[in-house]
Amino acid sequence: MAMTWVWCGMVLLSLVFGAATGRLEEVSAAALDGAQTAIQLSVSMAGVLCLWSGVMEVMNVCGLSAGLARAFRPLLRRLLPEAAKDDETLAAVSANVSANLLGLGNAATPLGIRAACRMARNCGGVASDELCLLVVLNTASIQLIPATIASVRSAAGCRTPFDILPAVWLASVLSVAAGLLMARLLAAAGRWRR
Amino acid sequence: MSLSSLVVPVLLAMVAAVGLRKRVDVYSALTHGAEEGLTVLLRVIPALVGLLTAVGMFRASGAMEWLSALCAPVLERLGIPPEVTPLMLIRPVSGSGALAVATDLMTSHGPDSYIGRVAAVMLGSTETTFYTIAVYFGSAGIHRTRHAVPAALTADLTGFAASALAVRLFFGA
Repeated sequence: MAMTWVWCGMVLLSLVFGAATGRLEEVSAAALDGAQTAIQLSVSMAGVLCLWSGVMEVMNVCGLSAGLARAFRPLLRRLLPEAAKDDETLAAVSANVSANLLGLGNAATPLGIRAACRMARNCGGVASDELCLLVVLNTASIQLIPATIASVRSAAGCRTPFDILPAVWLASVLSVAAGLLMARLLAAAGRWRR
Repeated sequence: MSLSSLVVPVLLAMVAAVGLRKRVDVYSALTHGAEEGLTVLLRVIPALVGLLTAVGMFRASGAMEWLSALCAPVLERLGIPPEVTPLMLIRPVSGSGALAVATDLMTSHGPDSYIGRVAAVMLGSTETTFYTIAVYFGSAGIHRTRHAVPAALTADLTGFAASALAVRLFFGA
């Protein structure tokens, strides 16, 4: 529903602004152009996107995601000590994190939801501190190889679509750290107020 | 020859070597994954058609410039180029919307321009926050989300500022 508002708002504002600035002709051309661009772009990014999805799948069957999940367990045990007492929750959370790292969104979400459901038992519909941490971990992006973005960049004519990787990693790490820190601070503030 | 031109061939060779060593059927896994990529793309195309149309109109009408100018004073303090304002507004709400806006920025400013790179890094370092929160808390039966939303938005805002910072750091402005 939110997107209905966004889309309608953009179209209506475009008409109002276009009329006010006398650029209605450009607006009309841009509308048809946009639809055409969408298909051209999708076709030109399809190759790179499919290739990297394939590479990710090979890594996956090689056991990379299982290895990553194992590697993250000690860290997650420290981040979510209560949830980690339950083996199955810890397994789901670490698999969720490793699927996110590999950019396997379709696999990551069900795993994360399974962990969230187990963590939400006996809490009467109120999110615990640790459940908030898990959600923040999932609303921040931690992706080793952002394949979709690389494919858009190469579709736009970039010769080295992967040269932004270090910048993406740095920004992701800072973003996740800030989110977790803020969640910790707000949880502490909540306890102090009570 | 630069280091970044080595990334693709080296990574592909590495994956092939590891696959052979682990005795997995590399080729069928590759094609199976490619098929998955095609499914993802098919699902996003209808949204891209609708959104790129709206974004194109929005830019041509001058509304985009107005929105960017409106947010410019705050963003310049954070070191974020005001041109990416629409991307930051739509990022937490819609994944395909953000993809459409970022694509528009990359094609109109160039994928190797400062703004094009910032848009790409922003897209890669943040997530569809509100969607994720709705899915997780919705399926876990949580109605009091407490500090999850402010903390998640802090992560987004930090990600935006850090993206601009990281691009300046690795590429220069």
